[in-house]
Amino acid sequence: MALFPFELVSPDKVLFSGAAQAVLVPGHEGDFQVLSDHAPTMSAIRPGVVGIDDANGKHFRVFVRGGFADVHPLGLTILAETAIPFEELNAAHLEQEIKNAEEDVADAAEDQKQAAQEKLDRMRELRDSMKL
Amino acid sequence: MPSLKELRNRIASVRSTQKITKAMQMVAVSKLRRAQAAVEAARPYAQRVEAVLTNLAGSAKPGEGPRLLTGSGANQTHLLIVCTGERGLCGAFNTAIVRLARDRATALAAEGKTVKIICVGKKGYDQLRRTHERQILELVDLRAVRTITYDTARPIADKVIALFDAGEFDVCTLFFSRFRSVIAQIPTAQQLIPPELAETKENEKATSYDYEPDENEILAQLLPQALTVRVYRALLENAASFFGSQMSAMDNATRNAGEMVKKYTLRYNRTRQAMITKELIEIISGAEAL
Repeated sequence: MALFPFELVSPDKVLFSGAAQAVLVPGHEGDFQVLSDHAPTMSAIRPGVVGIDDANGKHFRVFVRGGFADVHPLGLTILAETAIPFEELNAAHLEQEIKNAEEDVADAAEDQKQAAQEKLDRMRELRDSMKL
Repeated sequence: MPSLKELRNRIASVRSTQKITKAMQMVAVSKLRRAQAAVEAARPYAQRVEAVLTNLAGSAKPGEGPRLLTGSGANQTHLLIVCTGERGLCGAFNTAIVRLARDRATALAAEGKTVKIICVGKKGYDQLRRTHERQILELVDLRAVRTITYDTARPIADKVIALFDAGEFDVCTLFFSRFRSVIAQIPTAQQLIPPELAETKENEKATSYDYEPDENEILAQLLPQALTVRVYRALLENAASFFGSQMSAMDNATRNAGEMVKKYTLRYNRTRQAMITKELIEIISGAEAL
């Protein structure tokens, strides 16, 4: 399968940098998979899991929250405000994220309430899917 | 002429001061290494965000777009965010940043503009309070923060955005110390709102993107994030500069103390010898007189 350069960066470190076969991105409007020669796209991401198939066909999963996926002609860059590799992700982390999301809902102004609520629901969904 | 005992005490006290400064220097060295690594680690993310922002801002029509990008259109009220250290004993680090900020505040005031100040770090607050007490909106205390993370910067950025949305200021400038090397820290002013952006190159503009959701919404989400990243970077650069500055200050202090010990030891030995000689002369001349 054709490879393309992929980078996953969070403010404090670079989590992945190298060639990838395919990357599944939890886009704002729905999940989408990026392969080599994808059309240039700029998408906000919702809280979720990025699935990466690296050059050797190894599969990684990374939990991300907040940020952007930038599909440029040269490859893909994901800028995540929070990014935690799946192996390091545990119940405590997720609980903390859910708590943050709950606070966001409580703090949000009327017009943003729905968006915050959606985020919260999504986090809960994620927790359930991990059966924690 | 100080007595031998006085000299001995003096030497002992300089020695113990030297031990403290030496220890502080070594602590600063190890913390500097970590701070430097943090600056390096934050660089790729910051660069990408800048790049994406520049790209998006370049494709937006001039004068249009979210207010965070274009500014409020006025230039009357300036907000200065002054990031300094929480501790002293670091040479001219805090003073240099404060001086830059103070000069700017004075210049703006002279032009008849309103100046508001947010202090991040206690040392800057202590110094600015003397001249600009009434303009200081608040002090962000980071003393309890051991390592600076993205979450440290977020509340500061959120506050700035909230103030901007409330129409409290028109232009926002961030003051911090850029870390160039261990011996060179450069006090820097960076304009946050409206953001300073590099010029987009023509060929980069050509790429047509699909936006999800649309362009403006992405821009609206990206701008606060870019602001946070800039604050985060400033805090990291500041931390590295602080330790660099502290390291060289403590190195100097240790060397000075060493020189002082040398000087006093010499004086001590001379005095001691002079006393022995004097006593011998007394004894000999006493014996001769018999």
